[in-house]
Amino acid sequence: MSNLTVSNSTLALGFILVIIALVIGYWQKLQIDKDIIIGVVRAIIQLTIVGYILKFVIKANDVWLTMAFFVVIVINASWNAGKRGNGIPKAFQFSLLAISVGTIVTLGTLVWTGSIQFIPEQIVPFTGMIASNIMVAIGLCYRNMKQSFTDRHQQILEKLALGADIKLASEDIIRESIKSGMQPTIDSIKTLGLVALPGMMSGLIIAGVDPVKAIKYQIMVTFMLLASTSIGSFISCYLAYKQFYNEQKQLNSHLLS
Amino acid sequence: MKDNHMSNVNNVKAFKNIDGVKHLKNIFELTDLSYQVGDKKILKNINLNIEQGKYITFVGPSGSGKSTLMRILASMISATSGEALFNGKKISSYEPTEYRRRVSYAFQQPTLFGKTVKDNLEFPYIVRGKEFDWEQVTKFLNYVNLDESYIDKSVNDVSGGEKQRIALLRNLIFPPEVLITDEVTTGLDADNKEIVHNILNKFNQDDGLTILRVTHDDSEIEQATDKVTVKNGEVI
Ligand SMILES: Nc1ncnc2c1ncn2[C@@H]1O[C@H](COP(=O)(O)OP(=O)(O)OP(=O)(O)O)[C@@H](O)[C@H]1O
Ligand SMILES: [Mg+2]
Repeated sequence: MSNLTVSNSTLALGFILVIIALVIGYWQKLQIDKDIIIGVVRAIIQLTIVGYILKFVIKANDVWLTMAFFVVIVINASWNAGKRGNGIPKAFQFSLLAISVGTIVTLGTLVWTGSIQFIPEQIVPFTGMIASNIMVAIGLCYRNMKQSFTDRHQQILEKLALGADIKLASEDIIRESIKSGMQPTIDSIKTLGLVALPGMMSGLIIAGVDPVKAIKYQIMVTFMLLASTSIGSFISCYLAYKQFYNEQKQLNSHLLS
Repeated sequence: MKDNHMSNVNNVKAFKNIDGVKHLKNIFELTDLSYQVGDKKILKNINLNIEQGKYITFVGPSGSGKSTLMRILASMISATSGEALFNGKKISSYEPTEYRRRVSYAFQQPTLFGKTVKDNLEFPYIVRGKEFDWEQVTKFLNYVNLDESYIDKSVNDVSGGEKQRIALLRNLIFPPEVLITDEVTTGLDADNKEIVHNILNKFNQDDGLTILRVTHDDSEIEQATDKVTVKNGEVI
């Protein structure tokens, strides 16, 4: 079994790949060279810092430090999800609650069932995976919700005018928004293993783990992402929809795009 | 004072109580009511009383603020200044869903929601936590020259005129105290208009339903007995 290692010099040579992207961008006048360079530099810096911090946290193997890392990841993910709220008031707070609950419930279940152990090298990557997936799901929920409230404001006004409560008037939109948050996870499950080998499973196989074992891990990850995106989408949608109304149960037109 | 005049609409068939005594109770009292978006004054210091049981026609040029005024009365939006009373109490003091069941607004250019006509006619029942009443709905469909067979029709399979009548029934199945119709007959042919006029007259006369109607229709304006003109955001 040959263990895969990437040395600094091979990494530097790998930069050729970035140059390919830059050349295509320049040649096709896509005007993305700046984005590519900034993106690559940021990625290198961020990952290097995270790599060293992870090394430290894993070595320290301290419960409080692990928890602190968990909190940082969750807050960071919530912050990014909140930004995708695009003007929805309290989007950060809602994301924080949704991501916290989603992450704690799924991680808790995994630890409780013995699927993973409460050690930093397992807790931290799993937290990152779960939180970032919920973050993406919530972003989709917010976007779908805002778009649907805009597209269907006439219908909502008519329902309100007939004496409907805001929940009844928004029912379809809430349902669809939750679905839109979960959809990518569900779609990816359908093609799992057929089209793409998911990142985590590929990583394990590259690192030399028996593919059958890697698959078991992947199945667990799939279950975990299903649970976490559904919890996150559910919580964020049920909190966010109320922001589209004022206390007189009137549609907040300034939130519509 | 000149600019503080009240446009009192009276003189016509007043609401009659069982005892036969004429009551001219104000169902709406608007004082210095304004509505402003940014710097734009859409409604300017409106003073208007509306008596219970009246059938009032609001007229005025396009963009003068008729729909805005109606939306305020229907609690779909709130005035930015001034006072709007319903039965002596501020509109905003009522529980909004409760209020909107009592003051029902039929939109200019309504849409039907859901998949079938039933989804629309069932909505007022759902709102009140009641079971769909097939017989009652059939009765109301008959009022507007439609029949039972429409209940299960797809919303895509009804004509524009039928759509408008079905939308109006959503407001009427549980009769409100006030019905606001915002150009609900626009685009209807003479027969369809007649059907709508008949049902509204019936509710106004038999049940004392207060009706506020906005229209641009010449014949409707001509027939109207109680008229309020809105111009440049003012009642004149
Ligand atoms: N939320 C809003 N923001 C900005 N302008 C608005 C808003 N609502 C209404 N207006 C403007 O206020 C004016 C009055 O609109 P309104 O719909 O009340 O007119 P209307 O009398 O009902 O006209 P029509 O007869 O064409 O239906 C219009 O110029 C409209 O563009
Ligand atoms: Mg109008």
